[in-house]
Amino acid sequence: MLARLATEKGTGMLYALLCYHDEGVVTSWSKAEDDAVLAKRRRVQQEMVDKGRMGPAIRLVPTASATTIRTSGSEQLVLDGPFAETKEQLLGLYIVDCDSLEEVVDFAKRLKEGESTTFEIRPMRIFEKGVLSGKETLAS
Amino acid sequence: MTDRAWIEAALTGARPQAMGALLRYFRDLDRAEEAFQEACLRALKHWPLKGPPRDPAAWLIFVGRNAALDSVRRDSRNTELPPEDRISDLEDTEADIVERLDNGHYRDDILRLMFVCCHPDLPATQQVALALRIVSGLTVPEIASAFLVGEKAMEQRITRAKRRIAEANVPFAAPDADERAERLGAVAAMLYLVFNEGYSASSGDSVVRASLCDEAIRLMRLLLRLFPAEPEIMGLLALMILQHARSAARTDAEGNAVLLEDQDRGLWNRRLIGEGLELVDKALRHRRSGPYQIQAAIAALHARAARPEDTDWQEIDLLYQMLERLQPSPVITLNRSVAVAKTRGAEAALDMIAPLSERLAGYFYYHGVRGAFLREIGRDEDAREAFDRAIALARTPAEAAHIRMHLDKLAAKNPLS
Repeated sequence: MLARLATEKGTGMLYALLCYHDEGVVTSWSKAEDDAVLAKRRRVQQEMVDKGRMGPAIRLVPTASATTIRTSGSEQLVLDGPFAETKEQLLGLYIVDCDSLEEVVDFAKRLKEGESTTFEIRPMRIFEKGVLSGKETLAS
Repeated sequence: MTDRAWIEAALTGARPQAMGALLRYFRDLDRAEEAFQEACLRALKHWPLKGPPRDPAAWLIFVGRNAALDSVRRDSRNTELPPEDRISDLEDTEADIVERLDNGHYRDDILRLMFVCCHPDLPATQQVALALRIVSGLTVPEIASAFLVGEKAMEQRITRAKRRIAEANVPFAAPDADERAERLGAVAAMLYLVFNEGYSASSGDSVVRASLCDEAIRLMRLLLRLFPAEPEIMGLLALMILQHARSAARTDAEGNAVLLEDQDRGLWNRRLIGEGLELVDKALRHRRSGPYQIQAAIAALHARAARPEDTDWQEIDLLYQMLERLQPSPVITLNRSVAVAKTRGAEAALDMIAPLSERLAGYFYYHGVRGAFLREIGRDEDAREAFDRAIALARTPAEAAHIRMHLDKLAAKNPLS
């Protein structure tokens, strides 16, 4: 199905930007380095906010707190840790409304400037806005 | 971030894995350290030009190993080899190494690297110093300032500790399940020592000390990534995170200790508390309780209370009883007495700690806690005596100042005495 998701403000496509990085490296950033990364990203995000095209931005708690639920036969297994044992972990994500892939790529490039984070861009098929204000999370 | 900053973060992040593999390879800490140093120097030279490698740890292991082998050959043949050639085309070799690392024993490598620092013959402070040097890669001057000793003295301590380790002959074969569990327990205890060294602030530079807590948490997170289904490892990480979350509220502007019930809870780090609570929940689901989980559960009850009067002391009392059963100790009973004072009153708490008077005669907190109970039931003269004893046992000016505050309050209450 190629249907485009209509959004309130934009007319483009909704994209998820998934951020992957080696958690061992990210947790080695000093507070100052981490603050600098967040500040730089917020500057780039703000441009999208101003255009009314920025969706939620999410940072996940380190994977040690992750739980995976997997089906094994007829059983639902609850396992500790993230789903895949990989070098890079999913650490956060952004949702934006863009007219073209080119535009998202440009946004992602500027977000990650100076970082070795990997960004995966995924067009979204379903986006239900939900009812959360974003204040509910203790880990915010 | 600048080139230098991201490269340094990548080197720090890759260090435990790379050092662990080099230690397995050379079976000698000094040689592994030299190899790693050399690899880092080359990384600082190559990475800004060629971009970061896909797997920094694999790059460092490969380059470090070759550099060290070259130097061994050079020493034996006294001829110069062209080391740069060997790393000119890393892309092909990297894939091969990554595969071997992923299938291989990198988990046991990191565990071993941490485990060699926990030799039971080494006193706690030396285990901590050694771990900071070998696992974290802190410099000797940095470690010396954390412990408030001279650089030379610290250098000697670390050298001596390394010699002990070399003599101890830690086996390099992959450990079996029992051995692995044993190592994991020893390493967890050692990382808690690192944390407490930072948390207890008995001496040394406070900024450096706070960074020891961060470092212990970073290494605990790494350990839990390696052993994601160990509830006690989750429990200890949760405990560290929940304690660290309160650090901004633990001292006032003058550097005096602020008791839990007097802390400004608005200064607690909600982000860390969220993560800590999540980990406690995860650990308890395993229904394999242990001392770290119980202590984390106690810390979680404090963290959940928006005001001191919201604290669930009943539950804390129960958790301390569980802890007493697992690890009978007068100090745990003393801690439980604080919960008992809240639920059943100071009189009951005093009865509870009376049998401890001999064993805890030289323990600062015993007299401090006892003084507070006595004051609560109006036995001011006895309270003053207990506080006097506590002050004589104080190890830091902050501890002494805290007790003096209690004495001043007593004096204000009875101006004539």
